Amino acid sequence: MEFITNTLPFTLPIVFSVAMISVFMGLCSYSVLAERKVSSWIQGRTGPNRTRLPLLGHIPILGNILTRLGIFQPVADGLKFLFKEEITPGHVKKGYYYLAPILALAPALTTMVVLPFGRFVDPSGVVQPLVLANIDVGMLFILGVSSLGVYGIVLAGWSSNSKYPFLGAIRASAQMVSYELAMGLSILPVFMWASAPGTDYGLTLFGVVEAQSGLWLVIWQPLSALIFLVSVFAETNRLPFDMAESETDLVGGFHTEYGCFKFGLFFVAEYAHVIMGSALFVLLFLGGWNFLPGMADPWGASQFGAVLSVLWFMAKVFFMIFFFIWVRWTLPRFRYDQVMALGWKILLPLAIGNLILNTLFIAIYDTL
Amino acid sequence: MAKTKVLERKPLTFAERTFIPQIVTGLKTTLAAMFAKTITLEYPEQRPVIPENYRGVPTLVKDPNGREKCVSCQLCEFVCPPKAIKIIPGEIDAEAEPDRAHVEKAPKEFDINMLRCIYCGLCQEVCPEEAIFLKDIFSMSGYTREEMINKKDKLYELGGTLPDQHHKWDKKKAAEAAGNTH
Repeated sequence: MEFITNTLPFTLPIVFSVAMISVFMGLCSYSVLAERKVSSWIQGRTGPNRTRLPLLGHIPILGNILTRLGIFQPVADGLKFLFKEEITPGHVKKGYYYLAPILALAPALTTMVVLPFGRFVDPSGVVQPLVLANIDVGMLFILGVSSLGVYGIVLAGWSSNSKYPFLGAIRASAQMVSYELAMGLSILPVFMWASAPGTDYGLTLFGVVEAQSGLWLVIWQPLSALIFLVSVFAETNRLPFDMAESETDLVGGFHTEYGCFKFGLFFVAEYAHVIMGSALFVLLFLGGWNFLPGMADPWGASQFGAVLSVLWFMAKVFFMIFFFIWVRWTLPRFRYDQVMALGWKILLPLAIGNLILNTLFIAIYDTL
Repeated sequence: MAKTKVLERKPLTFAERTFIPQIVTGLKTTLAAMFAKTITLEYPEQRPVIPENYRGVPTLVKDPNGREKCVSCQLCEFVCPPKAIKIIPGEIDAEAEPDRAHVEKAPKEFDINMLRCIYCGLCQEVCPEEAIFLKDIFSMSGYTREEMINKKDKLYELGGTLPDQHHKWDKKKAAEAAGNTH
């Protein structure tokens, strides 16, 4: 017993991390399913509806409903990637070729460490975030680490040693670098409002969410929200900005030469980025786990209240994931030069203007 | 040179130049499409409605009395553009069908190679006995090339009996009974 209590400070974080990783990976696989299902519904199809697990799928009515909804499909998808023949083309640079998928996935999974996903009230009555590491520079950490993900794509394109992946990688890196600027600038006003000098929480994401308990920032800062949203679409390489893949002109883009589980890792990384982007947008602009703008949170101080706050946060994240998929089937892909023009000529000046405007506004507001 | 008329385009309003109203309209369209009825068939369980004159797999049919209609005239073999049909003519068994034996012939072997068949329907068109029909079967599969050659019994199994009104042999018999043999 004493051994357990002594080692608890070390084991507990590990248990928490493993739990969070498993939930996160589960979300990734189910957002793949959501993508397939929503895509097919939008296109007038049915989507995956055949996969049935032996026991669970044969419960009289429920089993059929679950099968029709494709709930068991992610298992089949994952197994397919595992059991496919592992082909490494002869012309690739082996070391980097194997490294690239890992480099693509690792940053996406690392950023979730600082992602607050709910709140609870500790015994002394203070509201605390539910997060693995509540560090003060949470947003900076996310921006820094998530942009490392582009290395995975660049390495994949370069080590594949053929034209299409190379072009895809070049496009991806140029696009990511240009949209990072607009993204960083667009969230500066958010922190200027939410974490002004003298507030309790510093630069933490938790502080931003707490600041939105009255009014969501998407209402207060719509321009920032728009620029951030567009940049997130570009950063996650989702349509209409999926320059890195653009299967119409680049076969598969950076992952053309990849197959089986290595491709699976890229695939999961893309959805991990989508989930992270959605979660960030919810935290920064949609009020995190706050109930509705202008309404007090109905979740109480109990543990059940903490669970409710997490569920509400998840519901918002799911809506954002749905929005990502929804936009995918609504907007056509931009041409590469249009992507660049949008990033450098429109979003970046807009973000700078927005920043200056907010700075002036805050300066006037403070002096009055 | 034809006269070209250059149309004046209305200048875009500010809202149009941001594309945001257009994007919102697009999102509405896709959302409506999402809740619309699916237009696909779930194939193995649901089958498409095959029109009457569909040209599917060629088959041989029997007459309402269960007799072979094919008299192995080999016209279909001759007309078949990809040479998918192979017929070896044979005699009709005199003990089983004394009426028809030595009057007509019947195919001893009748092979249609479905790897060659182009579903043109010329065999059905040319057949003087209306013995070969292209049915509504549209999917054939097999593991070997041999499996894809439809033999005579397979062709009759697929074709079945056609309830047509000719009754060639019944008429002949009735005429015979009336003392009117040709």
